[in-house]
Amino acid sequence: MIFAFDLFEPYEFQFFRNGLIVATIAGALCGLLGVFVILRGMSYIGHGLSHAVFGGAAASAVMKVNYFLGAGIWGVVSGLLIARVARRRVIGADAAIGVVTTASFALGLALMNRYGQASKSIEAVLFGSVLGVKVADIYAVSLVALLGLAVVVLGYRKLLFSTFDRDVAQVSNVRVSLVEALLLAMISLTILVTMRVIGTLLISALLVIPAASARMTTNSFSRLLWVSPIIGAVTCFFGMNLSYHLDTSASATIILLDALVFVTVYGFAGVRNRTKMASLGHL
Amino acid sequence: MRQSILSKTDSPLIVCEHVSCTYGNAPVVEDVYLTINRGEFVGIVGPSGSGKTTLLKAIIGSQPVAHGSITIDPRLTIGYVPQVETVDWYFPVTVEEVIVMTRTKTKWWPRITSKERADVREVLEKLGIAEVAGRHIRELSGGQQQRVFLARAMFCQPDVLILDEPTSGVDVRTRHEILHLLADLHQEGLTIVLTTHDLNGLAAHLPRVVCFKKTVIADGSPREVLTSEVLEVTYGAPMEVLEHGGMPLVVDHGRVAMRGEGK
Repeated sequence: MIFAFDLFEPYEFQFFRNGLIVATIAGALCGLLGVFVILRGMSYIGHGLSHAVFGGAAASAVMKVNYFLGAGIWGVVSGLLIARVARRRVIGADAAIGVVTTASFALGLALMNRYGQASKSIEAVLFGSVLGVKVADIYAVSLVALLGLAVVVLGYRKLLFSTFDRDVAQVSNVRVSLVEALLLAMISLTILVTMRVIGTLLISALLVIPAASARMTTNSFSRLLWVSPIIGAVTCFFGMNLSYHLDTSASATIILLDALVFVTVYGFAGVRNRTKMASLGHL
Repeated sequence: MRQSILSKTDSPLIVCEHVSCTYGNAPVVEDVYLTINRGEFVGIVGPSGSGKTTLLKAIIGSQPVAHGSITIDPRLTIGYVPQVETVDWYFPVTVEEVIVMTRTKTKWWPRITSKERADVREVLEKLGIAEVAGRHIRELSGGQQQRVFLARAMFCQPDVLILDEPTSGVDVRTRHEILHLLADLHQEGLTIVLTTHDLNGLAAHLPRVVCFKKTVIADGSPREVLTSEVLEVTYGAPMEVLEHGGMPLVVDHGRVAMRGEGK
């Protein structure tokens, strides 16, 4: 009975309930968009954009502009800028991300040093804080999750086609640049609404690990879009609970749980694939 | 209206005039004049890096044209089959998903409809691979993989089929199968343009061959085009052309010399 009581203890606190809801929805959302992140080889973009959004968060705090508005516009503009710079093949996508996002991160850091209560705010933004989650965050993450779901459902085939075969999609009347810009904008918005719980430094892991784990469980794109958000949501839910009982950082616990799922699936998938590849030896 | 394009005999479907393409400042395709007429079966041959793929990409619109113009009737539907080497075979898609993804105009819910499933089955049956619909693309043999992308191109009922190296990396039997398959599609009235390295196994069997090295070196029937002089200019190495069964047979002296040294 004591054990059961302990399990539900964190639910007495409003801040925990808010944080749990935001983290679980964010996990599902990151899992959904993460599928495109890993299949497009954009893992570094998630990492970079989270740093860029940090710059926006700092700038909006200094300018006393609403966080979602300021950091949101900053993040979306950074995403579009990356897409534009990356299109110049001489520079390349990785260099474009490196330039745009680190500059944005450095600007945010400088602004906070100069005008803000630097150390406390920076720690919260870098590592996330469950205590800082408000009801407005629940609305924001729910809205972005619905928007993300709508984009993926309504643009499913265009997203799939342009991810799998960019050139042929382009000649098949898919507006590939628009699809890519929309995807980057959605990733920016996702980082924006998730940053307060997970933090800038670890959010890219949430965009990559659940999708990478799910990828090893299925060879079907449509199934991947179900499995990845489920892994993301479940690990965030249990990660939040574990973090309370173990008295560890919520973001670190979530990511460690995700990593554990990845390692477990990797182990099972390795055995399964070896068996399957052996049976395909005749081809 | 599409009927009018298709019904005209020998009407030009694709016209390249003075076409040049560059990567950065380096010219890859220079001053190309090429016309593809309705119902033709054309093979573009040339060495690696000669700009064949760039020309195809310029025709389908994924490579910008630096100079000149490519005129294609906007009502024309082009089916494109990329080089299999460029495909990510680890991408999580089944054969059915690869083919259906080309139909981007769907109702709000993106589920594969029973009509689409039947259409996929029909095109796969036509290409002789109906049994692989539910399989992952990596689980297929080289010939089946090539056919899947051919099926995807056929799924949109194209007026012109453009294939980039359709026999690259496949064995002799599969090459024969693909050639016969393309010949059947051509018989049914489809216009086909392909690139190939395979002079004897593929190009020599086509009605029209274009020798290409940044620009058109020669254009005509295999007998007219596959000559020692033209091939030396195209490949930059001496090549002897014999006749076998009424068709030109290209002898690669480099390979013969290598074999001689091996002995």
